[in-house]
Amino acid sequence: MPVLEITNLRKNFGGVKALDGLDFHVDKGEIVSVIGPNGAGKTSFFNIITGYFSPDEGDILFNDVNIAGHQPHEITELGIARTFQNVRLFPNMTVLENVMVAQHCRTTTGIFGTLLNTPAFRREEREIEERAKEVLAFFGKRLKGYRWDQPAFVLSYANKRRLEIARAMATMPELILLDEPTAGMNPMETAELTDLIRQLRDDRGYTVILIEHEMRVVRDVSDRVVVLDHGVKIAEGDYKTVSHDPNVIEAYLGRPSEAHNA
Amino acid sequence: MTHTLEQIDAPASSTPSPVDWSKVQKWGVLGGLTMSFIAAIGMVTALDQRLIISPWLSLGFLTLLWIPVVFGIIAATEDAETPGVAGDRDVISGLVTGLLSGLFFAFFIVIIDAFDLTDIFRNLGPKLVELLTFGRGVGVAAALWIISCGLLGLLGGTLKIAPRMARSMIGAAAMSVVGVALLEIIVTDITQGLRIEFVADWIYALNGGLTPASALVIAAGSALFGLRSDGSTLAERRLERMNLDPEVRFRKNVVAAVLTILAVIFLPMILGGLTNDLLANVGLFILMGLGLNIVVGSAGLLDLGYVAFFAVGAYTTAVLTSPLSPFYTPGWTLNFLSLEGAAVITIVLIMAVIAGVLVGTPVIRLRGDYLAIVTLGFGEIVRILFLSDWLAPYFGGAQGITNVPSAGLGPVEIRGTSSQAMFYLIAAFVGAAIYVAWRLQASRTGRAWTALREDEDAAEAMGINTTAAKLTAFVIGAIFAGFAGMIFAVKVGSIFPSSFKLLLSIIILVIVIVGGMGSIPGVIIGAVVLIGILGGPTQQGLLQEFGQFKLLIYGALLVVMMLKRPEGLWPNVRRQRELHQDEMSQDAWLMEESSQDKDGDS
Ligand SMILES: Nc1ncnc2c1ncn2[C@@H]1O[C@H](COP(=O)(O)OP(=O)(O)OP(=O)(O)O)[C@@H](O)[C@H]1O
Ligand SMILES: [Mg+2]
Repeated sequence: MPVLEITNLRKNFGGVKALDGLDFHVDKGEIVSVIGPNGAGKTSFFNIITGYFSPDEGDILFNDVNIAGHQPHEITELGIARTFQNVRLFPNMTVLENVMVAQHCRTTTGIFGTLLNTPAFRREEREIEERAKEVLAFFGKRLKGYRWDQPAFVLSYANKRRLEIARAMATMPELILLDEPTAGMNPMETAELTDLIRQLRDDRGYTVILIEHEMRVVRDVSDRVVVLDHGVKIAEGDYKTVSHDPNVIEAYLGRPSEAHNA
Repeated sequence: MTHTLEQIDAPASSTPSPVDWSKVQKWGVLGGLTMSFIAAIGMVTALDQRLIISPWLSLGFLTLLWIPVVFGIIAATEDAETPGVAGDRDVISGLVTGLLSGLFFAFFIVIIDAFDLTDIFRNLGPKLVELLTFGRGVGVAAALWIISCGLLGLLGGTLKIAPRMARSMIGAAAMSVVGVALLEIIVTDITQGLRIEFVADWIYALNGGLTPASALVIAAGSALFGLRSDGSTLAERRLERMNLDPEVRFRKNVVAAVLTILAVIFLPMILGGLTNDLLANVGLFILMGLGLNIVVGSAGLLDLGYVAFFAVGAYTTAVLTSPLSPFYTPGWTLNFLSLEGAAVITIVLIMAVIAGVLVGTPVIRLRGDYLAIVTLGFGEIVRILFLSDWLAPYFGGAQGITNVPSAGLGPVEIRGTSSQAMFYLIAAFVGAAIYVAWRLQASRTGRAWTALREDEDAAEAMGINTTAAKLTAFVIGAIFAGFAGMIFAVKVGSIFPSSFKLLLSIIILVIVIVGGMGSIPGVIIGAVVLIGILGGPTQQGLLQEFGQFKLLIYGALLVVMMLKRPEGLWPNVRRQRELHQDEMSQDAWLMEESSQDKDGDS
């Protein structure tokens, strides 16, 4: 049963066709990778799903609700979380606060509860903190202990990426969109994150869409791979089929000059 | 840890570095320029009557004499890149800087003596010349100025290399002599309250200022006090406090809070009317500052039209309770224990919320500068509406609304003229506002505001409805200002559109910035410094003499703060991080190194 079903998605930025009639779907519990050369429209695809841009044309059905044109916070509330290609943490909030604030749409205490310090408010604050710690524990030793109270900007690049994922998990989504989560990581960290991505699905039950340039990661975790180029889907299937597809090879290798200057 | 690092970084050689002549030149000329500027704007003339030590030193001359000392210290201080060994070069730098300033200033005196510049600069007339030459002719005066500035510069340079202890003693002595002299009004006021007038009579000379004897005693006493303290800087103490055990810190905070509350309850009883009135004004600005702090400091929305909400609160109260208003219903006053009073408060609250939503809805979609400009416009629109002939039947136009009756608490009347009662009333509101601001800060709402300020797009991805969160901040800020306006109306008894100028918005913003954006104690300190010491737009501060130079000092303060301490006097921890990310990153790196060492050991 598809969690997300997208038909005929179109988006133009001026003359640039970022997405050109894309059809796409993810089933529950699937890990789908979206790959393609630079400027293929992958990030734009995420931005449209999560409401940062509204599509020019096309439907986006999330659990049979059309979310095209909804506000980003509404979409998060419906159950789609994302990370950003260029890390967008709250740099001066602590690691723990970053994950606590991510539960905003799952919690309810308003101003009056806060001011009156009601038992419900205190219980909820405690729950928010516990849940934040629980989510951070997913990353093992990486984001534990003294790190909780460190401001996010002091983290290493790899840890920033992990914290972004933790924040996405804390919004309690059904579907997680990861935009190049291993960018900037060394091979060991990449391998570790590859395992975690699999665990996101196997242990936590999230459905995952992954944008990734690192082909080893794509090969190791994907149930299915979708290849975009110039906003068009040029191939789809398991990693092996796709990696041997002549269209894909041409998209990546055939025009090296284009791949370089993006 | 920093200690060992310093040792590593320190150069091995111990040869004193040579005098940095370009720096000395720069600060010497700058000192002379500053002195000339202060004389030219009339500060010296205006403050000449106000004595610090009778009859030798007036505040007017003090505004000049601190310059060679401070600039001497600055010129003697090595740049961070070339730390040298303290020694003769510092003394020489100070001396030459002072001499240069003196030379420049002497030249200035010669010029204003030779040419009549009163057409261009009103203050550069014979009166100033007379004052600056001590009536002895230009030549003598010029020599005197050069020599004394040189000596003061020398003092600065010497202070620089003096042991820390000596420095803190001299600093404490100078500060307390000037402080006690400036606080003449308040000290007299307090001694009257305590019925120990003779103390004030002994400290102060008949024509104002300390007597030489009392100045000596105060200097000696506070120097001893400086000797007693361990000479650690404020920053060090703050760091120490931050590293305290959370439990100890909590206990200390509780003690501080209890002491503050006791002081708020008992101080007004011993303070005189003048001081109470001053504190009441400070409280009013704290109330507004706390509100604006939520909007600007927490949510990051630069609102330059904040005064509009203050005006709405004041006019609503006046319209409801003044017998001269067309909406007046007999019996309606702001009596906090009556139904009518409750109705007034509720209506003020509702009007503030409506105003907040009306102004907020169109502007919160804008970002940064645009938001600032548009809110500025709204602030002016509100004032002009109250001023307009069109609405004059309701709001009185330029004549405003007068005869606003006093507030009350059951049978007790809280007159605007009774500064003690007014103080308690405002203190109650400020207390409530502090509680609200403090609770919100560490809550779901407060976290959402912070996230919003840090990265709006990412905040949306967390499911935060940014429009709603911003509007909430706007409305809460409006409510604070609305209540401040309500109290203002009953305090002064009559309100006019001219009380709600743009300047007020700016001053409240300066309070928030100087105190430390996003910091509750910062707002309080900012209001005390700006309103209490310097005075508000129409309110007198402790240093009434500086009244006409208030805006200049505000501006100078703001510039110095932005350059030297952008996080404010009492910064919010997060804000401090924001502005010192590099240093913090380094600290964190060091911590990590050491913690990894520990891991390795275990
Ligand atoms: N906000 C925007 N305004 C104008 N053009 C845009 C905008 N966002 C993306 N584009 C354009 O749309 C095209 C697709 O960009 P997109 O960022 O989606 O590529 P991508 O596949 O994520 O590339 P990369 O691998 O480099 O991240 C590019 O040509 C880009 O210049
Ligand atoms: Mg991209």
